[in-house]
Amino acid sequence: MAGALHATGLVKTFGEVRAVDGVDLDVPEGGVLGLLGPNGAGKTTTVRLLTTLLRPDAGTATVAGHDVVREPDRVRLSIGLSGQFAAVDDRLTGRENLRMIGELYGLRSRAARQRADELLDRFGLTAARDRVSSTYSGGMRRRLDLAGALVVRPSVMFLDEPSVGLDPTSRLMLWDAIEDLVAQGTTLLLTTQYLEEADRLARDIAVVDHGRIVARGTPRELKAQAGGQRIEVVVSWPEQLDPAAALLARFGTRAPDVDRPRGTVSVPVNGGVRLLTEVIAALDADGIALTDIGLRRPTLDEVFLALTEDTPRDTGRAAVGAGAPSEKE
Amino acid sequence: MNVSAAAPSVPELRPGTAAKSLHDVLVVTRRNVIRSVRIPEVLILSLVQPIVFVLLFAYLFAGSFSLPGAEGAAAYREYMMPGFFAQTIAFATASNSSVSMANDVQSGMVDRFRSLPMARSALLTGRTVADLVQNVIVVAVMVLCALMVGWRIHHGVPRALAGFALLLLMGYALSWVGVLIGLSVRAPEAAATSNFLWLFPLTFLSNAFVAPSTLPTVLRWAAEWNPLSATVQAARELFGNPGLHATGAWPAEHPVLVSVVWSLLIAVVCRALAVRRYASAGS
Repeated sequence: MAGALHATGLVKTFGEVRAVDGVDLDVPEGGVLGLLGPNGAGKTTTVRLLTTLLRPDAGTATVAGHDVVREPDRVRLSIGLSGQFAAVDDRLTGRENLRMIGELYGLRSRAARQRADELLDRFGLTAARDRVSSTYSGGMRRRLDLAGALVVRPSVMFLDEPSVGLDPTSRLMLWDAIEDLVAQGTTLLLTTQYLEEADRLARDIAVVDHGRIVARGTPRELKAQAGGQRIEVVVSWPEQLDPAAALLARFGTRAPDVDRPRGTVSVPVNGGVRLLTEVIAALDADGIALTDIGLRRPTLDEVFLALTEDTPRDTGRAAVGAGAPSEKE
Repeated sequence: MNVSAAAPSVPELRPGTAAKSLHDVLVVTRRNVIRSVRIPEVLILSLVQPIVFVLLFAYLFAGSFSLPGAEGAAAYREYMMPGFFAQTIAFATASNSSVSMANDVQSGMVDRFRSLPMARSALLTGRTVADLVQNVIVVAVMVLCALMVGWRIHHGVPRALAGFALLLLMGYALSWVGVLIGLSVRAPEAAATSNFLWLFPLTFLSNAFVAPSTLPTVLRWAAEWNPLSATVQAARELFGNPGLHATGAWPAEHPVLVSVVWSLLIAVVCRALAVRRYASAGS
């Protein structure tokens, strides 16, 4: 119960726009939930509701066993938050930043300093600890921000788009740190628009669109939901693309998708590896030369697009940005 | 390596207690003082302009000004200095607190602070206490400048200190005005611009540089009841500088009382509004 997170029917409106429109969440202690959605879907607003930065218009939520509206201070003691835009004080050194956060959590100054040094060491910032943080690179600022969220071991961590704007090395470093944290049993709620990130870090994913959860499940379940396995072939000669498509149509459960520029044909199938060998034999018999062939699951990208594309971006989205400056998605 | 091994599971200071609130204010004050020290040119530049004005007024204009109760250039120099103390404090405080506060909102620092288990008012109070520290420096520099142009105290050090205390109290109240503005605008630039809307009337529609008795009725009434006028008048009285005792206006007759009441009223009202705004920010 200590690390768990429950939300029922959360609603938050900004003027006419229902930024969060009846969100239910349930993350067990030690669980990792990824909120996946396009810009303006309501991910950041949901995090702001759960971290006591906003009051919900309707619905209830408990974080680490404390109600976010009735016991905000107890919630704040139990959570760590790392936002979309790294909230570090640019005129303070890395060390001063962490020390200040530790003291505001209620640590005495010696404990806060000691904890700051440990975290600087952990996040590879020891060499830069006495430099003013405005001289840090984007990746260093992000790591400092994450360290700030870890000063007092939080039972629930909120990471709002942790790797936006990071170079690949910094992103991997950040993911390692996050995985460490999860391995130690911290409950984690993560928002992201990077499917790769959700796939790697989250055990459960909730796809958010227009303030509502439109799908949820493990990455594997979501991929299965979007149509199971596909056979994809890459032909060696462009003129063989159409014969290949005609042949694959006989094996697929739906009409094949042809990507002419890339020279690929893919088709959803039921049948797995044995079917793959049959397809290879048939293609070979027709004299179609292949560069590549494979059996694969749909990527989360395909799942994501399938789930969100039938709801067109309407004008309400623009109003979210205009009417609510605090909405940062 | 273990991220959390050495983290104390229970912080030593519990939220909601008076000790924790005081501690939070001190932590935030220290942070703001460090920020100011890192970019000292902000404070230095904010002092250059008033010093230039003091010199201009003292050597260029003082000979042309003759006020009831302060005839002659030497008397005008002594008359104008409490006005400059008040004006410099007002501008330095209000611009510093409003722009810094708006910066904290824009940079996401306010979100960071609001997600921490700290006292609701600590971020704001820490801002105003840091402004108070800055105002002590401002006053010290302005006193040196004043002594150079011939300003003196005539009723002893204790009364002079009381005069400075009233000026600093007014500065503290205006710092809360700045905090409220900083939390209410959407960009630091807006905070900087909005200050001119109220600081110029506050400082010039007063007895700081002219005698209210020379103004048309409505303006005179505004100048007489201006909180800054009361503080300037009280400071003149406590420093023993030439003033305007014969105007007959009630605030001018009871400047110390009026100054204290105004400052406390402004501080209490703006603090309440600012704390409410901070607690509900974004909702």
